[in-house]
Amino acid sequence: MGLESQVNSPFLATTLDEVINWGRKNSMWPLPFGTACCAIEFMGVVSGRFDISRFGAELVRFSPRQADLLLVMGTVTQKQAPVLKQIYDQMPNPKWVISMGACASSGGFYDNYSVVQGIDELIPVDVYVAGCPPRPENVLGAVVKIQEKIEREKAADWK
Amino acid sequence: MDEVQIVERLKAKFGEKILSTYTFAGQHAVTIGPDSLREVLIWLRDDRELDFSWLMDVGGVDYLGYPGDDDREWRFEVAYQLYSLGKNHRIRVKVAVTDDSVSVPSVWDLWGVANWMEREVWDLFGIRFDGHPNLRRILCHDEFVGHALRKDYPINRRQKLLQPSEMILCERMEWA
Amino acid sequence: MSEHHSGTDVQSIPTDLLTLNIGPSHPATHGTLRLQVQLDGETIVNMGCEIGYLHRGYEKQCETVYYNMVVPYAERLNYCSPVHNSNAWCYAIEQMMGVEAPPRAQALRVITSEMARIIDHCVCIGTNLVDIGGLTNFWYMYNYREKIYDLYEELTGARMMVNYPRIGGVCLDAPDDWFDHVLRVMEELTEAIGDVHALVARNRIFVDRMIGTGVISNEMAVSHGCTGPVGRASGVNYDIRKAQPYWGYEKYQFDVPVLQGGDNYDRTMVRFIEMEQSRRIVEQAIKSIPSGPVLLENPLVALPPKDKVYNTMEGLINHFKLVMHGVQPPKGEIYSATEGGNGELGYYVISDGGPMPFRVRIRPPCFASYSCFPKIMKGQMVADAVATLGTINIIAGELDR
Repeated sequence: MGLESQVNSPFLATTLDEVINWGRKNSMWPLPFGTACCAIEFMGVVSGRFDISRFGAELVRFSPRQADLLLVMGTVTQKQAPVLKQIYDQMPNPKWVISMGACASSGGFYDNYSVVQGIDELIPVDVYVAGCPPRPENVLGAVVKIQEKIEREKAADWK
Repeated sequence: MDEVQIVERLKAKFGEKILSTYTFAGQHAVTIGPDSLREVLIWLRDDRELDFSWLMDVGGVDYLGYPGDDDREWRFEVAYQLYSLGKNHRIRVKVAVTDDSVSVPSVWDLWGVANWMEREVWDLFGIRFDGHPNLRRILCHDEFVGHALRKDYPINRRQKLLQPSEMILCERMEWA
Repeated sequence: MSEHHSGTDVQSIPTDLLTLNIGPSHPATHGTLRLQVQLDGETIVNMGCEIGYLHRGYEKQCETVYYNMVVPYAERLNYCSPVHNSNAWCYAIEQMMGVEAPPRAQALRVITSEMARIIDHCVCIGTNLVDIGGLTNFWYMYNYREKIYDLYEELTGARMMVNYPRIGGVCLDAPDDWFDHVLRVMEELTEAIGDVHALVARNRIFVDRMIGTGVISNEMAVSHGCTGPVGRASGVNYDIRKAQPYWGYEKYQFDVPVLQGGDNYDRTMVRFIEMEQSRRIVEQAIKSIPSGPVLLENPLVALPPKDKVYNTMEGLINHFKLVMHGVQPPKGEIYSATEGGNGELGYYVISDGGPMPFRVRIRPPCFASYSCFPKIMKGQMVADAVATLGTINIIAGELDR
């Protein structure tokens, strides 16, 4: 890597937190919980032009057991709500949640009998992304925000 | 065939059973009672000159609070949109449903698509369909109380669901 | 194997049907469908479909907003081809009010709708091929889709949900060189879909997987109201653009592909052909685009131009009245059908003479097509169910509304 020539010793001193966070933030495995329009935009995020793999989060996993970043994309209805809760519970720690789009964040302009008014009624959310649907750049911005958040975390906080 | 002629033929054939006819913006509709629904739809489908082989849509309407007609005798309507591919014409057949104690005969055996669409009308309006093999809710969850698209259902009365719903496999696949 | 089993006939070993739940959060269900299947080995014996996981109360919500405010709701019905839905909505209300959009606006609607059809099929083919194991095609299709999004962005400022049409026309005229950009992107279409077509059309893996699976017979297509590409792959020669033309579709030369197989392969191929035909329509519409206004000059229907609003009292009052009291179609009801990406998209609208619709009912094309899904999957392999789901192209937004 060229690092060895810079540093004469094969050892580096750092904190455990920094190493772990460095690994975590650059290799997030997202679980796309896509329900509606935003999921189509997310396909744009993973495809060639925007390319989420520049941020190390391209390994889309559909099993909650293998993911640490839950992307909720689209409207969550009352019928879907317990499913989302269950999927969040199935994800192992550490885990982070991005709420993508107006519907997931607040119910959007669907203020009616069947739509949950924001997924934070069900699960904790780390980053809200505005837009209906958000532009792909916005989603990438949210991934960067999560990375910044991970940098500040203590590895021991996650049980 | 001109749609006016279709209405005329329907009137000639069924006479009293046609409760009213309706024309707006070049489209025509007839209103009938639930008892004659199957008879009329089968005739429309099988008549060679009419040839309404397609049932495009089944949709319910709740006329509660519709301005200007307090003397309306029925509260609900179920509208069947028929289309003939061979003759390229359309007609709308509406069934007058006085209230939710009246049920409408199901046409799921005539058109496969009616199965789900009738379930949707039941789910959202609470109109029963006689002879339907699997009249369950389709869009709202199973624990939903009331019927969401009725005019007296408040738009933001939310009903929470705590557990993912159990799903029941249909006894026979053609009913699903 | 113990001696005890050695003489046993395999058939006599008692077996049980396996009940498997797929979805609602499953990669193959495109979001929000749920299937429950009973399997004998890998063969489907019985299947139940549950929908409604994206029931957003669209129809009820529309009863609470003004007619023009339904446009953004309409676009979120079929989010693969958003602008067609709102074009069709405005067309329905225009029919109700007995007005017609200016010719230039109609041509712009044709162009945007056909571009929407192309991206709809791009998404459908691309994601379906991912489901059956061909990731490469997804990138090709999405790269092309991004180019069309760029065109929308140039025209309206938004990528996906563009809110472009208004009752009585469209909100903005196209920028100067927009048509040239469209033509340039359309030229690339043949190459873009040619790449994908060449990868799959005679590919042994794809062909073996698709031919003869998920067959919808002609009778079943009629009985279940399968329109659009699904119906046309089953030999139903029905395209509203030809049967009951709107927006001047009768002026354009294009073919309607009708195939007879009714299987997954034919449904995919119909979409490939339709994309080519959409390109033809767009090119003709651009070459013959009339000049003139893009919004009706009718104070009861459309907002006046901004220079009138800012400089004249009448214009200001007119603007105020329309914004506060909305467009008010006369009492009546209408069923307006247009050819959406998935088939006949029908709006059944009832007006009570007020500014808000009394009842809006959508005839979602894929609701009808999907209702035959349990029937056609009987006796098929469970893996084919995934491929068939993709080719029927279920869009949960319009399925559950």
